[in-house]
Amino acid sequence: MEDDDNGSSPGWLKAVIRRLGRNWPVLAAASAAFLALDLYLGGNGLAAAGAVAFVFAVAMLFPGRRGEHVAMQRSEGLAPDIDTLPAIHLAAAVQDPLYIFNRGGEVVYANAAAAAAFGPIAPGVSLQLKFRAPEMHDFIARVLAGGDEPSATDYAERVPIERVYRVSAMPIGEGTGLFVLLFKDQSEARRIDRMRADFIANASHELRTPLASVAGFIETLRGPARDDPKARENFLQIMQNQTARMARLIDDLLSLSRLEIRPYVTPSEKVDMRLLLKGVGDSLAHLARESGVTIAFELPETPLEVAGDRDELVQVFENLVENACKYGSAGGRVVVSAEDAGPGAEKTVTVTDFGPGIAEEHIPRITERFYRVDVETSRAQKGTGLGLSIVKHILTRHGARLSIKSRVGEGSSFTVHFPPAR
Amino acid sequence: MQSQHIMRSFDEELRLLTNQIGGMGGYAERMVEQAVAALVSGDAALAKKVIEDDAFLDEKEREIGEKAVVIIAKRQPMAADLREIVGAIRISGDLERIGDLGKNIAKRVVAVTEARQPTRLFRGLSALSDLALTQLKEVLDAYASHSADKISFVRDRDEEIDAMYTSLFRELLTYMMEDPRNITACTHLVFCAKNIERIGDHATNIAETVYHIVTGTVLSPERPKEDKSHKVVAPTQQES
Repeated sequence: MEDDDNGSSPGWLKAVIRRLGRNWPVLAAASAAFLALDLYLGGNGLAAAGAVAFVFAVAMLFPGRRGEHVAMQRSEGLAPDIDTLPAIHLAAAVQDPLYIFNRGGEVVYANAAAAAAFGPIAPGVSLQLKFRAPEMHDFIARVLAGGDEPSATDYAERVPIERVYRVSAMPIGEGTGLFVLLFKDQSEARRIDRMRADFIANASHELRTPLASVAGFIETLRGPARDDPKARENFLQIMQNQTARMARLIDDLLSLSRLEIRPYVTPSEKVDMRLLLKGVGDSLAHLARESGVTIAFELPETPLEVAGDRDELVQVFENLVENACKYGSAGGRVVVSAEDAGPGAEKTVTVTDFGPGIAEEHIPRITERFYRVDVETSRAQKGTGLGLSIVKHILTRHGARLSIKSRVGEGSSFTVHFPPAR
Repeated sequence: MQSQHIMRSFDEELRLLTNQIGGMGGYAERMVEQAVAALVSGDAALAKKVIEDDAFLDEKEREIGEKAVVIIAKRQPMAADLREIVGAIRISGDLERIGDLGKNIAKRVVAVTEARQPTRLFRGLSALSDLALTQLKEVLDAYASHSADKISFVRDRDEEIDAMYTSLFRELLTYMMEDPRNITACTHLVFCAKNIERIGDHATNIAETVYHIVTGTVLSPERPKEDKSHKVVAPTQQES
């Protein structure tokens, strides 16, 4: 590639060489003419050599006509010549997922955004195998067949996270046999709509219970219990608890909604889990004391780094440790352990309690919103039924997963599996 | 696929074959997704569309089978190529079955929605189908990229699907005991859940085939234990 020596040779030198290259027939003819004329006039060639040098100097310094003049102006200064810019540099700079593929439908190049959104894909993989949705299949077939109509389609993915894209495809240049496929993320708009509907459905259902209770007590206070100071104090206490519960519920719902609205991009910040887990332990120390639980750590000697968003991961482990303290308080201790099985393997963090455990039939369901193993215990512990949903949502965003093991009477362990570093 | 044969047309034929598997896979994924969506929202028109779509998968499976036989007869492939072609036949078979299961779910939509059911009946079912669809997607992605890295996780997830199915079975049983009017809908929903669980099994089958295509060896035979719904009995005392 001509472009490769950009760094070593200065731009003006390249321009000069190019100019000389382009004008060589004229220069050669001029030199020959000078030489012939000089010899004919009886000179010894010295004057001719001087004239030739002069012509070359003028050719080098005089900018070319027409096209080159424009190109010169554009590439003047720092920028390399736009004509020789490889397409791959341009594709890598695009922030939306982008694929370049050949006439056979095989991927030639995928940019970083594409790898982040759809997973790494090796060159040579068939695009129609990677994007299998019927409309995409037809779309790619149509583009390969060389249809002239404006080519764009919608592509929706439901799992693991709902995403919607507007996809367009164009041939690159003329006769290169290469095409570009560009994805525009439209999920945000769709997600906001969905979130609004879900929020209203969940929130109204969950808020109605405490609200009904508060309304009932107000009625009692205005009626039968009007002049009973002891009952009044009691009722007001209950009402305060109920309103506090509503407030917690709204906080959790908002937190979940905020998470759902975030775009699906795996955070890339490096977080040392040892420090993070210690921090979580400190912030929950008072809760542990209240529940009569000691939190023990079994962490590796070396830093355990995972890619993630620090605040969100804190939220995950606060939720898990808090649950372990609250629901496993009977066991008296909670163990937080972390393990790094080496490069290429999953990194795991496990929160174990030794409480009553969770019955088998509930385990697959407990990350669903508002799913409660035991409504009474959950209410008594001020649970909102959203904690594990939030945990699961954050982990999905991080490409991590949660596995739950439990035996009734022996305790439960919640393990977070972080994917191996790429 | 990435390999180069002396005859370029052989590469071309192989690529066409695998692309068609991709097309079938996309269709099957879409059918299952739409069948469950139709069930949850009680959309009879969508259900009808899913039922009609199934013919496409049947047709494709036949086509792929014939094409594969022609390639085998004409080229007499060996080793990796032969695995690729035999694998395609097997995967297309699994995908066709997945389509049938999706169609069966769609057929039940009308019966389930005849009496409008509370949404709590469906919540577990859509979560189960999400699991199965994720499974299917990962397996087909592994097929697309010819990589066996993620295959081992697929089996873990199959275990999750089985556990979820057992839990759902128990839940639906409780609803039926609470109120006999739920029985019609819940019985159909139990079948739907079973269908989805079977879809997970087919996805696991495909995972094993992909593993064989890529590595030439067979995945170790320890498959996850089956679901435990056959042991679930109705509690004699109604819990409150």
